[in-house]
Amino acid sequence: MQSWIPFIPESASTMSWKVDALYFYLSGVTVFFTLLISIILVFFVIRYRRRTPYEIPRPIAGSHKLETLWTVIPFVIAMTMFAWGARVYFEQYSPPENAIEIYVVGKQWMWKIQHSTGQREINELHIPVGRKVKLIMTSEDVIHDFFVPAFRMKADVVPGIYTSEWFEATKPGTYHLFCAEYCGMNHSGMIGSVIVMEPREFDNWLSGNAGNQTPAAAGQQLFQSLGCVSCHGANGEGGRGPTLAGLFGRQTLLSTGQTVRADEAYIRESIINPQAKLVAGFGPIMPTFQGQVSEDQLVQLLAFIKSLQIVSPQPATPGQSPATTATAPTRATPAPKAK
Amino acid sequence: MRAIETFEPPAPSKVNYLNAEYGLKSWLLTRDHKRIALLYLGSITFFFFIGGIYAMMIRLELLTPQGDLLQSTTYNKVFTQHGIIMIFFFLIPSIPATLGNFLVPMMIGAKDLAFPRINLLSWYIYIAGALVTIYALLAGGVDTGWTFYAPFSTTFSNSYVVATGLGIFINGFSSILTGLNFIVTIHTMRAPGMTWFRLPLFIWAMYATSLIFVLGTPVIAITILLMAFERLAHVGIFDPALGGDPVLFQHLFWFYSHPAVYIMVLPSMGVVSELIANFSRKNIFGYKFVAFSSLAIAVFGFLVWGHHMFVSSQSVYAGMIFSFLSFAVAIPSAIKVFNWTATLYKSSISYDTPMLYGLGFICLFTIGGMTGLFLAALAVDVHLTDTYFVVAHFHYIMVGGALMGYLGGLHYWWPKITGRMYPEAWGRFAALIVFVGFNLTFMPQFVAGYMGMPRRYHAYPPEFQVFNVLSTAGASILGFGMLIPAIYLVWSMRYGKRADANPWNLPGLEWRTQSPPPTENFETTPVVTWEAYEFAPPEEIEVIGRLRGEFENV
Amino acid sequence: MAESYTTTKHAEGHPALQHHFENMEQQREAGTLGMWVFLVTEIMFFGGMFLAYTLYRSKYPAAFASASNHLDITLGAANTGVLILSSFTMALAVYGTQVGKRKLQLFCLALTIVLGLTFLGIKAVEYKDKYVDSLIPGTLIPGHPFSPAVQVPGESFDEHKLHLLPGATVKNVEMFYWIYFAMTGMHAVHMIIGVGLLSFLLVFSVKRRYGPEYHNPIEVTGLYWHFVDIVWIFLFPLLYLLGRHLEHGG
Repeated sequence: MQSWIPFIPESASTMSWKVDALYFYLSGVTVFFTLLISIILVFFVIRYRRRTPYEIPRPIAGSHKLETLWTVIPFVIAMTMFAWGARVYFEQYSPPENAIEIYVVGKQWMWKIQHSTGQREINELHIPVGRKVKLIMTSEDVIHDFFVPAFRMKADVVPGIYTSEWFEATKPGTYHLFCAEYCGMNHSGMIGSVIVMEPREFDNWLSGNAGNQTPAAAGQQLFQSLGCVSCHGANGEGGRGPTLAGLFGRQTLLSTGQTVRADEAYIRESIINPQAKLVAGFGPIMPTFQGQVSEDQLVQLLAFIKSLQIVSPQPATPGQSPATTATAPTRATPAPKAK
Repeated sequence: MRAIETFEPPAPSKVNYLNAEYGLKSWLLTRDHKRIALLYLGSITFFFFIGGIYAMMIRLELLTPQGDLLQSTTYNKVFTQHGIIMIFFFLIPSIPATLGNFLVPMMIGAKDLAFPRINLLSWYIYIAGALVTIYALLAGGVDTGWTFYAPFSTTFSNSYVVATGLGIFINGFSSILTGLNFIVTIHTMRAPGMTWFRLPLFIWAMYATSLIFVLGTPVIAITILLMAFERLAHVGIFDPALGGDPVLFQHLFWFYSHPAVYIMVLPSMGVVSELIANFSRKNIFGYKFVAFSSLAIAVFGFLVWGHHMFVSSQSVYAGMIFSFLSFAVAIPSAIKVFNWTATLYKSSISYDTPMLYGLGFICLFTIGGMTGLFLAALAVDVHLTDTYFVVAHFHYIMVGGALMGYLGGLHYWWPKITGRMYPEAWGRFAALIVFVGFNLTFMPQFVAGYMGMPRRYHAYPPEFQVFNVLSTAGASILGFGMLIPAIYLVWSMRYGKRADANPWNLPGLEWRTQSPPPTENFETTPVVTWEAYEFAPPEEIEVIGRLRGEFENV
Repeated sequence: MAESYTTTKHAEGHPALQHHFENMEQQREAGTLGMWVFLVTEIMFFGGMFLAYTLYRSKYPAAFASASNHLDITLGAANTGVLILSSFTMALAVYGTQVGKRKLQLFCLALTIVLGLTFLGIKAVEYKDKYVDSLIPGTLIPGHPFSPAVQVPGESFDEHKLHLLPGATVKNVEMFYWIYFAMTGMHAVHMIIGVGLLSFLLVFSVKRRYGPEYHNPIEVTGLYWHFVDIVWIFLFPLLYLLGRHLEHGG
């Protein structure tokens, strides 16, 4: 996994070279100052070695000029490093709109991956080259971390919340995937591959692995089997429970008067802990599903709810929506910035 | 008035703190800060070798890509315990509890620390914590990583988490009491004339370190307590299954553990100031800047903990603030490095072992500190965090920095502590071996880290093997280099050349009393009328030439 | 700091002067500064729990308000009064020692101890009530898990039952109770230590060890006692007084 530059891993994403450029700058400055100090030290140690046993050199108290110089210059250099690093970081952690969304559930000691189009993988992630990919991740147990050195990207995968990372691969190939947050016995075994393919090959792969339900379709089945339809309606139109169609990404008024955004975390929490954020105008009658749904199933329900859209917008009383259909999306609706 | 003239060499006496009283009870119930320092010296040296054995096991396992030497749970316990022992039972107490305890009263002209009984208590607390931890290790060990992240530590680990946590909790009080003692002593017990800006920089460093001891350690104490209760009683503020937040644990943990690294390096910087000044016979360039830098590091060190959490789901904006502050905290350290270097300009440098360690510190700390900048830079940290780059960075600071300072200080003050000189040739040889072995061990790890090798990995993909083999080779050399002083220092206590009060011919207060010192340190409390590192009054300096031979009487 | 220290080999003087100090003034300064530094460590120690409290209160406001309402405000307020009074008696004890009013010194030390024990007694009653209502979180008491009876809407008010405000869940109420027990428990441990220290001081005071020339131990114990009081003054409103305006009765 070597690039043509020694001691650098392969660069395979749009961000890789940006991180590498800053790395080279940091390395250059480090080498410069290390050599500077070392050479000066060696020079002084030889030039000013003790020649007679009782000599005492003239004391020099200090120099405000020098102190200022070697405070200001390092500070300015440090600020350039900070600013550059912050800029690239902001880009690394701002998931783009219109990215392919892929769900990742980490557990001791494997990666379970679900594509929106239904393909499921274990410890392998197939993605097309040149497309932005956003991973929405959670853990079933302890904290893990989804690390792809070739993309210079990682993010912790934390139980209880969704975290995300994004990348756009630039070169087909197979790249290491490592778990980068110590997670117990088989931490070093929680590795796999990210396989980047040309678009045509990727499509072949997709169709070759089709036949699995999309997460959204699986979610729809769960929505029925768990009884959600009795309060939220078969297509999320609402009733005894709040409307779910068109909910994702919207601001929602809660019974406490607060307004929150209905993002992935909100939806997951409302299934696990329904009374935590009660929607205004509804009573606390939804039962909790904690313990009855796994993280995989939560991800499927999430995909389904995200897919519920208002088909024909008509003025209606607030809280209700006209007939909707669930669609299995090939690309995500505008994705909010996940935490 | 000449600084040296006021010094009347004490009538050499056979009685010193080592032989004033004999018997186990006189040691175990001592209130003499010097004896307590030696009690600590023995204890931490013991733990250093335990931690070293764990390190050897890690490096042997990592020679090959497969996990073939140890089972994975064993390996996980080994690296966890290596970290816990080295950090809590060796590095954190090392300089403060040995050199600090011994020298702080002497360097300020006091008879003892402010609270001698609390000093003894702090050693007993250390031993109690150590015994609990040893029990945990022998009973089966702990495998959470020294960072104990929840929910793995609270809910999923099947190891002796609570017992180990208890050991560390107890040990923390030892630190707190030491820091409290130093602060009060430095404020209230300085000899007449010993103003703040006449203090040796070692004292400034110990003062800054004590601030961190006192402010930071209680936070890890409460964090461990909360984690232990969560594990035992299933009450939760960290486990999401109980409604808690695992990232809260990280905030609480790192709020202490980042300042803890400054606890480990600040005392060493203090030692280096002494080594550089005294072995080049020149006052430290920019004394006040170095003194205030110690304080600045202590204060700023509390503001940067989030740089351990850039990828933990912390907000991007919080990350930016922590990154900025992390760059800011690097500046005082840089100021110190430049001031030490400038001190050597037109000085008179002797190549004694302590000076070699001091020079080694400057060089290696520069590398360690600058590689810290890589980690403070957000975008690069995203790639490097949790890889071997981080491991290399902190070993450069803790071994290349803190440990070198400790060894340098130990050699420097060895004649004062024991009344004997160590064999100089062996000292220089060992310093060289340690320097070479150290670099060979940890430099390849920077490369392995950027290449993507994650840390805490028991087995790894084959392309990382070359770096691991180099690293293990270096570790063998480093280990050998560490054994040499262990042998000759012990040897010297019986067979080393006897040292007089001031074998290095230096103006510090600690050199104005016999070696080893009497129990009360000074026959009479000194009155200080000279500046720090004043080798001779300014009007009598000759750059080259002999003095009037006064030194021969000393 | 720079006072005129003697430089004699051994400072003659008060029998309580320790050999490593130059004089009583230095010893007193050191003792007082030492206690202040120690109290700073205690602030940091409690600080972690205050942080956890702040975080989860903002995350689960309804649960915290519900749980807080369920605490006995009368007992809590009584304890607050007891502690404030005990700080006053402690200050009087210090004063009495400083000016040589021995009766005042002994009486106030004893009274402070009694008030401290009263506080602990009231706390014990509160803890017992929580036990009876099954509000001890987790498995702190094995076999007696957290399982409070919850007030059903429409039922008549039962003071042993937990009334959950809209949005509150039992699980988050359990979180509140863990923080409650952790903080008040840690506080109680410090009270017990304080009462112990005061008992020693009382015994030594009876033996006439302290007086106008030597009273630093009583001063610094006073500092410690006042600190423990201040911690309670923060704990009381944060734990007991949340959301009272939302609830009638108590």
